[in-house]
Amino acid sequence: MTINDLNTILPLVVLAGWSVVVLLADLWIPKDRKGWTAALSAVGLVVVLGLTLARGGTVQKAFFGTVLVDGFALYLDIIFLVGGLAGIALAYDYLKRMELERGEYYPLLLIAISGMMLMTYANDLIIVFLALELLSLPLYIMAGFARFNLQSEEAALKYFLLGSFASGLVLYGVALLFGASGHTDLPGLVNTMRAGTGNQALFLFGAALLLVGFSFKTGIVPFHMWMPDVYQGAPSPATAFMSVGAKAAGFAALMRVFVTVFPSLSDDLTPILWALAAITMVVGNVLAISQKNIKRLLAYSSIAQSGYLLMAFVPYANAEVSSDSIAAMLFYLLAYTLTTFGAWAVIIQMEQQERRGLEVADYAGLGKRHPWLGLAMTIFMLSFTGVPLTLGFWGKFYLFSTAVEGGFVGLALIGLLTSVVSAFYYLRVVVVMYMQPGDPPVKQNRWVNLTALLAAAVVVGLAFIPGSVLDLALQAVLQLQ
Amino acid sequence: MLVEYIPLLIIFLLAFFVALVVQGLGAGFGPRRPTERKGQPYESGMVPYGPGTRRISVRYYLVAVLFILFDIEAIFILPWAVVYRDLGVSGLVLMIVFIFILEAAFVYAWKKGALEWE
Repeated sequence: MTINDLNTILPLVVLAGWSVVVLLADLWIPKDRKGWTAALSAVGLVVVLGLTLARGGTVQKAFFGTVLVDGFALYLDIIFLVGGLAGIALAYDYLKRMELERGEYYPLLLIAISGMMLMTYANDLIIVFLALELLSLPLYIMAGFARFNLQSEEAALKYFLLGSFASGLVLYGVALLFGASGHTDLPGLVNTMRAGTGNQALFLFGAALLLVGFSFKTGIVPFHMWMPDVYQGAPSPATAFMSVGAKAAGFAALMRVFVTVFPSLSDDLTPILWALAAITMVVGNVLAISQKNIKRLLAYSSIAQSGYLLMAFVPYANAEVSSDSIAAMLFYLLAYTLTTFGAWAVIIQMEQQERRGLEVADYAGLGKRHPWLGLAMTIFMLSFTGVPLTLGFWGKFYLFSTAVEGGFVGLALIGLLTSVVSAFYYLRVVVVMYMQPGDPPVKQNRWVNLTALLAAAVVVGLAFIPGSVLDLALQAVLQLQ
Repeated sequence: MLVEYIPLLIIFLLAFFVALVVQGLGAGFGPRRPTERKGQPYESGMVPYGPGTRRISVRYYLVAVLFILFDIEAIFILPWAVVYRDLGVSGLVLMIVFIFILEAAFVYAWKKGALEWE
């Protein structure tokens, strides 16, 4: 290892080091001044964001080729770092209000982001596994951050058990792939696949296990069972952060590994992916209809969004479509991140002590009493549905058009129909906000407000220039190959 | 290829069958005269007392966790010491960084009061 290697992943090194510094600094910060810890973490994230942008998307390898930095990593890292800033903004007031304020929350968030960034750099299956653990372990703790709340405890335990199970499956898959080829590095695996040497059955089995493991992480039916309980039980800011971070990181690994290594297995994998995408879209959207709790509603909505993302991933092996497909997924991840953080910012302001204010019915009158919050929430719900003039519309548009381009018209049709179904439960929130009388108590906080309004503005603003965002995503993909 | 494993399958089936027969014979022909003492979880040994869900102190787990910290340190330092000369200065610097990170965890635990027994 040389200084050059460290320099290549400088943003990651700085972030990981800073998380240790913040953890130690927090020990000497008095109990009622935990805002300092939050501010220190935010400063670190801004610096790392600057370093990441300054680094740019030039392709560099380090650590004997196990780590690869490229445009794909750059694009996702920006999402993770901005998400981390939003996560801190959402958490600070909430933790104080719910009497959960402990400084460890912020260093844990930084460590989780380090894991996510490492996931985007991974060019070796061992690194993929390392990153998976690095991002998962802090998330387990964050899910159980309300230690004396039974629901939160349950969420942490469920997430931990199923998460470790998924990690085990990924590791088993890595072991089988190593057994089939004698390589864990992606270039080595690619060469073995191209040459046709190695045990094809083991390859297929290993790829399937990786798919199952990452499906757990991203919440793809039938591996989604943990999501509603964990999303409901975890403290809301932690839920917001994990619903974006864990999902984007899981898809990042899926994209990198499957598109580079497994195109030749597409005959066997494509029908499986097709079925997973279809069933995820149907189950996520149909089960969301009957939800009364807004956190559970967003959990099922998050499952459905995974289905849409996976739909564009089905033609991954088709060389003509695959770069479009990944660009569409990256675009949608951006739209999903912004919309999710915005929606959770509104939910966090609505949540009261003892987990009250979380039913959809509690939103009655929000639109009249707090017009800005109501407007923001409306925009997020419309963006989730995929209504024009929002970023979500363009995201879905690109996803559907890639699916059609790849020849999966039936799948796109299922996606379209389930989107219509989803309009029912998303718009119900809007209807309750504007059409029903009520005066919901709202705990306003400027940082949470800022997150909600900024997210709403960007979701609408970027919807006018979707082409330039897609260009960014396309550039990110071109450097992947 | 799978044909090679057929003997294994036969052994599985045979084991299953034998277990079934033995259990079945015992259940079918054996006498059955349950008493209260026979129904207890441990027929021999001490008479159980108190509820089964009693709370016990888990203070010791902190010591166990701290042990893992130093255990990991030892696991990595030993092989490092063997090849220390080949690694040169960069190896030394890396080990110092590694130990610093571990010590950060130790300082955290210390400051949080994990070492106070009372």
